[in-house]
Amino acid sequence: MSIEILTEKCTGCGACARVCPGSLIKTGERGVFIERPERCWGCASCLKECPAEAILLYLGADIGGLGGRMSVRREGTRLRWRVEKPDGTARTITTDAKQSNRY
Amino acid sequence: MGGRQLTVKRLSADFLIIGGGTAGCGAALSFCGVSGGSVLIIEKANIERSGCLAAGVNALNAYILPGQTPEDYADYVRRDAEYIIREDLVLTMAEGLNRAARRLEELGLTILKDADGNYAARGKRNIKINGENIKPLLAGAVRKAPRIAVLERAAAIGYIVRDGRVLGVYAIGTDEPVLYAVRAKAVLCATGGAAGLYRPNNPGFSRHKMWYPPFNTGAGYAMGIRAGAEMTTFEMRFIALRCKDTIAPTGTLAQGVGAKQVNALGEAYEEKYGVTTSQRVHGTARENAEGRGPCYLRTVGITPDQDEELYRAYLNMSPSQTLKWIESGLAPSAQNVEIEGTEPYIVGGHTASGYWVDTDRETTIGRLFAAGDVAGGCPQKYVTGALAEGEIAARSALKYMHDAWPSLSAAETDALRHGLEEILNRAPAADTEDSLEAEMQAVMDEYAGGIGAGYAFSEASLAAAARKIRDIESRSEKLAAKDMRELVYIFELRDRLTVCASVIAQLAARRETRWHSFAENTDYPEKSGQWLKFVNSRLENGEIRIILRDLVKRGDRYEH
Repeated sequence: MSIEILTEKCTGCGACARVCPGSLIKTGERGVFIERPERCWGCASCLKECPAEAILLYLGADIGGLGGRMSVRREGTRLRWRVEKPDGTARTITTDAKQSNRY
Repeated sequence: MGGRQLTVKRLSADFLIIGGGTAGCGAALSFCGVSGGSVLIIEKANIERSGCLAAGVNALNAYILPGQTPEDYADYVRRDAEYIIREDLVLTMAEGLNRAARRLEELGLTILKDADGNYAARGKRNIKINGENIKPLLAGAVRKAPRIAVLERAAAIGYIVRDGRVLGVYAIGTDEPVLYAVRAKAVLCATGGAAGLYRPNNPGFSRHKMWYPPFNTGAGYAMGIRAGAEMTTFEMRFIALRCKDTIAPTGTLAQGVGAKQVNALGEAYEEKYGVTTSQRVHGTARENAEGRGPCYLRTVGITPDQDEELYRAYLNMSPSQTLKWIESGLAPSAQNVEIEGTEPYIVGGHTASGYWVDTDRETTIGRLFAAGDVAGGCPQKYVTGALAEGEIAARSALKYMHDAWPSLSAAETDALRHGLEEILNRAPAADTEDSLEAEMQAVMDEYAGGIGAGYAFSEASLAAAARKIRDIESRSEKLAAKDMRELVYIFELRDRLTVCASVIAQLAARRETRWHSFAENTDYPEKSGQWLKFVNSRLENGEIRIILRDLVKRGDRYEH
C-alpha cells in the first residue's frame, strides 16, 4: 500500500506533505517525495489535497496489487476518483460529501 | 565541540491535550464551550487527518436510536465484553452519544435522515453518514476556535510528574531540533491506542496497511506506565475481522448488503461460534485452523446497483478496497470477499484496555485525564463515544483551572536535553529501530498470541516473550538517531516495547479464557466466574505489579 508522486505534474505546493498523518511526505528540490513508502497507511489523504492529481494510490504486489492506480480530483463537495486499470482503461466514480452512504 | 543540539522552548496552557485525533479535538472544543481558559493541543502530525479517521468512517457506530436507552447500550457493551466493563464509564459515555452526533451534524457532517427527519438507522445502534470528511470538519472547528492553539509536528515523550500529580509534558519536534517543556493546570491524554506491537498480516512492503493507524504507537499508554499510572485490561486485545489484504471494514458488507460469513464449503458458520465481536473473529480463525478456510463474506448475487453503492461507500472510508475491486475486474457481485483476522491491537475504544480512570476520567495520576482509545474500562466507544468522553474529561478538568501555575524544574529539562543530544550524536548501533521493531513483532507473534500462533499463548510462552522483550528493550537503549525523525522513531519503538511488557504481564495474570482469540490462554481454556474482575497493573520500582479489582456496579460512581 503506498503512493507514487508524479514529479512532472507536481507543483510543489506542499499540501500533501502538510496533511499526511504519518508526516511521510517531504519537500525536495524537484517537488515532494515520499521518503519511506513502506510506512504509508494508504489513507489517501494526500490524494484529496493534491490540486494537480499528481499523487497515485496503488496496492503493493504483496497484497495482490495488479498495477492499477487511483487519483482524485476535488470539485466543491464532490470527489472524482479515477482508477486506471492495469490494461490502461480507466473509470471514474464520484462521491459527494453531501450524500450519505446508503449502507 | 559541534554536534547536534536541541533548543528548549517553554510553553503554558490551562488545559493541555496530547493528541489531536477525535477525542482530543472533541475535548478541546468542549472545553472552550465551558471555560475561558486556554487550550493547547500537541499533535505528532497534522490534525487535519491524524488519528483513526484519516480515510473516513462508514457510520456512527454508537448512537441511541428511538426506543432505545443508554442503559440498553450499556447492556450490549457488557454482553459483548463478557462483563468486564466499568458500568459507570460506559453509562456516562452512552448518555453523551447523541449529543456528540448532533455536534458533528452542526459541524457539517452529512447524516442520512428518514421521511420523519430522524437519523436513518443501520442495525440497532448505528446511523448512516458520509464520514469521508469527518476529521477535516473537526479540525476546521478547532482551528477556528479562538482559545485553542495547536502545536503540530511535535511528539510527546514523557509526563512531568511531581508528588503524584502531572505538571506538564515534554515533547520533541518531529522535524525541528526542539525540546518542548509544556506546563499546564490539567492534562488530557488522547493519544490513541497501540498498533504495531504484533507482526501484521502483511509484514513486507504493505506492513502498514493495517486496521488501526500505524502512527498510533501506544505513546499515551507508555508515558502513563513509566509515570506509574495504573492500567487496566491490556489482556483484552482487539482483533478486527477485515477484508483480506486491504484490511478494509467488513461491517458495511455484513450490515449493508446482508452478506453472511461462509467457509470454503459455503457453510454459514457464525451461529456456531456466537456473535460477540471476539466470537466472530474466533469463528473465522477456527474454520481456517480446521481446514474449512478460506472464509468469505458471501456477496455473490448482489445487484450491480449494490456494487456501485459499495464502491462509493468504501471510497468514503477505505479507498483501497474499491481500487482492488476495480483493478481486478471482480466486483463483489461476481466474487465473494475473503476475510481474515488482523494482528492484535491494544485499543480502548473497542475493548476495555487503557488507563484506569475514575468516573470523571481522571487517571491515578492527579490532574491527568484520559479519553478515547487510551482510556480503559469502556469498550465500544467509536467516534461518538470518544467525543462524549472528551467532553466529560474537559468538564472534569475545570475544577483545576483556578489553581496556580506549576513551576517546572529547569535542571530536569536540561538533563533531558543532554540525554537526547547524546542519542543524536552517538555512533550508530548494530541494531536499528526497524530491525528491533521486526524482532519485537516476531516475539509477540510467536510467544504472545499473534496471528502465527493462532492468537493463543501459554504461561511458558509468555515467560519467554517477557524475557525476549526485556532483551530488545535493553538493546533499544543503545540506538542512535541522526535526525529528529529517527529520534521520534526510537521513542515510538520504546513506547511499543513498554506496552508489550504490560500486555504480556496482564495476559499471564488472567488465568482463564474469557474472550476467544482476544485472550486465548491454552493453560486455562475455559471461562471462570472467579475472573469476573479487572486485571490491572502498575510499574513499581521497575517491576510490573498486578492488581485485581472488583467490577463497578451500574449506578455507582468510582473514585480512586
